[in-house]
Amino acid sequence: MTGWLAAALSIFALVVVLAAIHVPFGDYMARVYSSTHHSRLERVTYRVVGVDPDADQRWPVYLRSVLIFSVLSVVALYAMLRLAPMLPLANGKDAMLPMQSLNTAISFVTNTNWQSYSGESLGYLVQMAGLAVQNFWSAAVGMAVVVALIRGLARTNTDRLGNFWVDLVRGVYRILLPIAFVFAVVLMVFGVIQNFSDTTVATLGGGEQLLPGGPVASQEAIKDLGTNGGGFFNANSAHPFENPTPLTNLIEILLLLAIPFSLPRTFGRMVGQVRQGFAILATMTILWAISVSLTVAAENAHAGVALQAAGAATEGKELRFGVPMSAVFGASTTLTSTGSVNSMHDSYTPFGGGMLIFNMGLGEVAPGGVGSGLYGMLVLAIVTVFISGLMVGRTPEYLGKKLGARQIKLASLYILVTPTLALVGTGIAMATEAGRSSMLNSGPHGLSEVLYAFTSASNNNGSAFAGLSANTDFYNIGLAVAMFLGRFLPIIFVLALAGSLASQAKVPETDGTLPTHRPQFVGLLAVVTVVLAGLVYLPALALGPIAEGLS
Amino acid sequence: MSTVSVQDAPQVKSGAFSPASLLTSLPAALRKLDPRNMVKTPVMFVVLVGSIVTTVAALLTPSVFAWSIAVWLWLTVIFANLADAVAEGRGKAQAASLRAAKRDSMARLLAADGTISEVRGVDLHIGDRVVCEAGDVIPGDGDIVEGLASIDESAITGESAPVIRESGGDRCAVTGGTKVLSDRIVISITAEPGSTFIDRMIALVEGSDRRKTPNEIALNILLASLTIVFLVAVTALAPLANYSDAPTSLVVLSALLVCLIPTTIGALLSAIGIAGMDRLVQHNVLALSGRAVEAAGDVSTLLLDKTGTITLGNRQAHELVPAPGVDIIELAHAAQLASLADTTPEGRSVVVLCKEQFGLRAQEVQDFTDAQWIGFTAQTRMSGVDHDGHQVRKGAAGSVFAWVAEQGGTVGTEVVNDVDAISAAGGTPLVVADGQRVLGVIYLKDIVKEGIAERFAQLRRMGIRTVMVTGDNPATARAIAEEAGVDDVLAEATPEDKLALIKKEQAGGRLVAMTGDGTNDAPALAQADVGVAMSTGTSAAKEAGNMVDLDSNPTKLLDVVAIGKQLLITRGSLTTFSIANDVAKYFAILPAMFVVVFPGLETLNIMRLGSSNSAILSAVIFNALVIVALIPLALRGVRYRASTSAQLLSRNLLIYGLGGLVAPFIGIKLIDLVVSQIPGIG
Repeated sequence: MTGWLAAALSIFALVVVLAAIHVPFGDYMARVYSSTHHSRLERVTYRVVGVDPDADQRWPVYLRSVLIFSVLSVVALYAMLRLAPMLPLANGKDAMLPMQSLNTAISFVTNTNWQSYSGESLGYLVQMAGLAVQNFWSAAVGMAVVVALIRGLARTNTDRLGNFWVDLVRGVYRILLPIAFVFAVVLMVFGVIQNFSDTTVATLGGGEQLLPGGPVASQEAIKDLGTNGGGFFNANSAHPFENPTPLTNLIEILLLLAIPFSLPRTFGRMVGQVRQGFAILATMTILWAISVSLTVAAENAHAGVALQAAGAATEGKELRFGVPMSAVFGASTTLTSTGSVNSMHDSYTPFGGGMLIFNMGLGEVAPGGVGSGLYGMLVLAIVTVFISGLMVGRTPEYLGKKLGARQIKLASLYILVTPTLALVGTGIAMATEAGRSSMLNSGPHGLSEVLYAFTSASNNNGSAFAGLSANTDFYNIGLAVAMFLGRFLPIIFVLALAGSLASQAKVPETDGTLPTHRPQFVGLLAVVTVVLAGLVYLPALALGPIAEGLS
Repeated sequence: MSTVSVQDAPQVKSGAFSPASLLTSLPAALRKLDPRNMVKTPVMFVVLVGSIVTTVAALLTPSVFAWSIAVWLWLTVIFANLADAVAEGRGKAQAASLRAAKRDSMARLLAADGTISEVRGVDLHIGDRVVCEAGDVIPGDGDIVEGLASIDESAITGESAPVIRESGGDRCAVTGGTKVLSDRIVISITAEPGSTFIDRMIALVEGSDRRKTPNEIALNILLASLTIVFLVAVTALAPLANYSDAPTSLVVLSALLVCLIPTTIGALLSAIGIAGMDRLVQHNVLALSGRAVEAAGDVSTLLLDKTGTITLGNRQAHELVPAPGVDIIELAHAAQLASLADTTPEGRSVVVLCKEQFGLRAQEVQDFTDAQWIGFTAQTRMSGVDHDGHQVRKGAAGSVFAWVAEQGGTVGTEVVNDVDAISAAGGTPLVVADGQRVLGVIYLKDIVKEGIAERFAQLRRMGIRTVMVTGDNPATARAIAEEAGVDDVLAEATPEDKLALIKKEQAGGRLVAMTGDGTNDAPALAQADVGVAMSTGTSAAKEAGNMVDLDSNPTKLLDVVAIGKQLLITRGSLTTFSIANDVAKYFAILPAMFVVVFPGLETLNIMRLGSSNSAILSAVIFNALVIVALIPLALRGVRYRASTSAQLLSRNLLIYGLGGLVAPFIGIKLIDLVVSQIPGIG
C-alpha cells in the first residue's frame, strides 16, 4: 500500500468515525451537563471540597469559582515542580527552576501545555500527579465555561448559569476519566509504554542505549483527549514510546478531535435546536478540511532541491507516519488547542508552517480546544450575526437573544485579546535583545519562530515551532503572561456574555429573522473567521512565512 | 413586474441628494475638525491623529510622497465630516422654514376674571388661557377649551387645506405657529415655550439633540475594537520590520493603519442615522427619537386600526335586502326617506345607493314641509321621519326591532336571519321599518382598501404579524380580517384591551408598532415600541407616541417599518463593504512596504501597481474617495424591497460583500495609473 493510499484511507476513517460518534457523544455530554442527578462519588467529592452542588451560580460567582480553582491549581503545580526531588517516585530528577516552574504551572493550568522543559527531566510523580491531573482539570474548565455560555443562550430571564464545581467534576468524572482510561489501555495494547523503569536497548551500531520509560499511555490519552498536548517526552507524539505506529497516530488524532467536534451537538441539544449545532459543526469542519488540505499540499510541494529529491518536505517528519499524516496531525493540533506534535513544525515548508501559525491565529475554533473552541466559535457567530443581521433590516439577534452594545462589547474584547497578546509579544521580542538572542535562525524563519511561540501561547495551543531557546527568563515570563491572559481574559468575557444573554427574554423567530442554520450562514461564519484572523495576522505573516516562501 | 406591485411594495422613496450640497457643506465640514467633536467617532479620530503625525513627518523630512499622504489623510477626515455636514444640512434647511413659522407672536392672555391682557408668546406658561381670533397666529401648543375654528396648519404639515379644530373630543389640539382662519377660540396652553411641538421639530430636523441609538452604539463599539486590533497589528509591525531590515516610516505605517481601520463605515455611520430620520421627515413623519426608527425595523407585530388603515374611513351601503313580501322599491323609498336627514357618510351612501340602483331621485329635506325629522342619538340608535302618517325608522337591528315591538308589530325570522348573515359577513345591518312593518335590511359594508391584502402578505414574508384593532363585534371583525388578510383580530377593543395586547406581545419578546390619535390611545401609544400619533390627534396622544405623522395617515406605519429596516440594512451593508475593502488594500500595501527586502513579495502585487509609493498612495486615495462616492448611498439608503431575510442577505452580501472585495482592486489600479505619473511618486 502506498503512503498516499494509506493516508487517504486514514483520513477517510477519521472522518467516518468522527461523523459516527459526534451525535451520540454530543448528546451524552448534553445529558451530563443537564442532569440533576449526582452520583455517590460526586457527592463525596462535593462534601470533601465543601461546595453545595445544587447552588445555581450567577456569572460573577461562576467566574470567581473558575479563577479561584485555576489560581490554586497554578500554586499547587508550582509547588510540586519546585519540591519534586522530595516527593516519591522522583526518579532522581532535580527540581525545576522558579521561572520555568511558573511557566510550566501556568502552561498546564491554562490547557496550553507549552513546554520549555524536556519531559525527560521530570520525575514520574510530577508527571502523573502534577501535569496529568491538570490535563484533566484544565480541559474540564474549558468545557464548563462553554456549558455556561450555552446555558446563557438557552435560558431566559435568569441570572443563573449553573454550578461551576458540578460542571467541573462531571466533566472529569463522567467524560474525561472514563474515555481516557479506555484509550490509555487501547494505546498500551498498540505499543505505548506504561511502566516505571528505563529500558536498555541495543543500537544498530552494536552499542547499548538507556531509553527513559514511564507511565506514558495514561498521560498520552488525556494529552490528546483534553487537547492539552504536553508530551511525556520532549519529542512528544513523534516519540515511538508515545506514538509507535500509524494506527496509534490515527487514534491520537481522533482523540484530539473527538470532544471539540462533538460539542456543537451538545450545544444544539442544550439550546433545543440541533440544527444550530450542526451549522457550527459544519463551519468547523469546512475550515478544518481546507486547512488540512492546504497544509498537506504545502508539505507535498516540490520546491527546492532537497524537497524535490525527497519527493516532499520530509525533514522533521517520522517516516512511519509519512508526510500526509504528519501534516494532518500538524493542522489538527494547531486547529485545536492541543499542541502535541508528531513532526517538527520548524521543519515544515514556509507556507506549511505559515498555515500552522494561521490555524492558531484563527483563534483555535475549527474545532478548537475542548470547550474553548466552541465558545470561540460562538463569539465569532455573534459577531457574524451582528454584521449580517443588520443586512436583513433588523437589529441583530442570535438564538432569540438581542445583540446590543453590551454583547458586542464583550465579543469584541474577546476577539481583541489573543491577537493583541500574540502581536505585542512578538513585537517586544523582536525589539529586544533578550527576545532576539533565543532565535536559532535568522531572517524570516527566525521571525516565524518567535511569532509562532507567542501565537501558540496566547491561543493556549502549546505546540512549538522549535528553533527557539525558550527556557530563558524573557520567554518563560513573557509566554506565561501570554498564556495566563490568553486563557482567562477570554473566559471573563465569555462568562459575562453568558450572564448578559441569560438575563434576556427570547425574541421569537419569524421569517424576518436571520436564519443561523442555513448553508448561507455557515459560509458567512467561515469567511468572517478567516477574514478577521487574516487581516490581523497578515502583516506579521508577510514578514515571516510569506516572505520566506516567496523568496 | 407590473407598475402596480412596485408601488404597493413598501419601497422607500429616496430623499433628494444634490452633488452641489457637497460644496455648500464644506465650511461646516471644516468646523467639525475640532478634536472635541472628532473624538466622538473613534475611527475618524485615529485618522485625524494619523493626519497630524504624517504632516509633522512631512514637515521634518519633506517629500512629494509624504506630503501627498498627509494631504490625502486630511482629506479622508474632511470627507467624513462632509458626510455628516451634508446630512445635517438637509435638516437645517427644513429647520429654517420652521423657524419662519415660529415668529415671536403676541398673545392675548385671558385672566380668570375674564380680562384680557397682551403678553409676549414666550411668556406663556402651562395652564394659561389665551384667546385667538381669525388672522391670529396661535402663540403656543394647547387644547381648545372653548369654541371652534378653522386653522391653517401648512407651516407644519405643508398641507394647505384648512382643518377644523374644536373644544372637547379628540380634535381639540392646536399647535403653536399655525394660523386661525376663522372664528374665535380659547386655548389652554399645554407646553412651556421652548419645548413646543415646533421647537421639538426644529431640534429634531437639525439633529441638535441627536443621541446615538442602541444599535449605533453597538456598531461603534465593534468598529472601535477593529480599530484597536489594527492599531496593535500595525504598531507591532514596526519592530518586526526593523528586525527584517525593512524599516518602515511613520508615514507608511499611518497610511497602512488608515487603510485598514473601517474608515468607510466610520465616516458614514452618523450620516446614515441622520439620513434615516430625514427620510421619515420626507414622509412627513417626525420621529421623536432615533431609537424609535431603529425599533421600527425590528417590529414584529403591527396593531392596525381597522378604520382608515385597512378599510376606507366609512362604511357604505352595499345592498338592500327586503323582508318577505316587501317590494324592494318600497324598501328603497323608505330607506332613502329615513336617510335624508342623516348627514353621516353612511347615511349619504344610502341615498346614493337608492339613486344609483333604483333610480330614485334624491329628494331634499326642504321638500317635506310637514315632516318631523328624528335625529340619531346614542340612546335610541336610530333615525327617521314621521311624515304623511308613516313612521319610518332606520337604525341598529336591536333598536329597530324593539321599536317595532313597541308599536305592536312582530319581526319575522327571515329578517333576523338576514341581519345575522350580514353581520357574519362583516357588514353592518341597518333595519328599516315603517310603523309595525319591518321592510328590510340595509347592508352597510366596510370597503377594504385596494392592495392592502398584498401588503399584508409582504409583511408576513418579512416576518411581521398584523393585528386588526376594531370596535366591531368579533363576527364582523373576523370577516373583514379575512378579506384584508390580517393575521389576527382584536374585536370590541377598548383602550385597555389594546394596552393588554401590546403588553402580551412584548412579554413574548415581540416589538409592537401602532398608530393612534385619541387621548384614550395615549397609554397604548406610550407602551408600544413604535407609537405613531396622528397629527390631528390630541396633545396627549402626540406626547405619548414616539413619532408623529403630520399627514395623519395610519397606513404610513408600513412605510415607517420599511424606513427602519432600510436604515439598519444601510449600516450593515456599508460595514461589510468597508471590511471587505481591506483585502485589496493589503495586496496593494504589504508588497509595497517590503518588496525591497523580500523581492519575492512582488508576487503579491497582483494589481501590478507602478511603484511602492504609488501603490500606498493609491490605496490611501481610494480609501478617501470611496467615502465621498458613498455619501449619496448613505443618505439615500440601500435599496430595500420587502422579502425574506435569506433573500435580503444574499442580495446585500453579493453587492456589498463581493462588491466590497472587488471594487478596490479596480479602483486602486485606476488611481495608480494616474498617480504613478507624478514625479517623485511613480
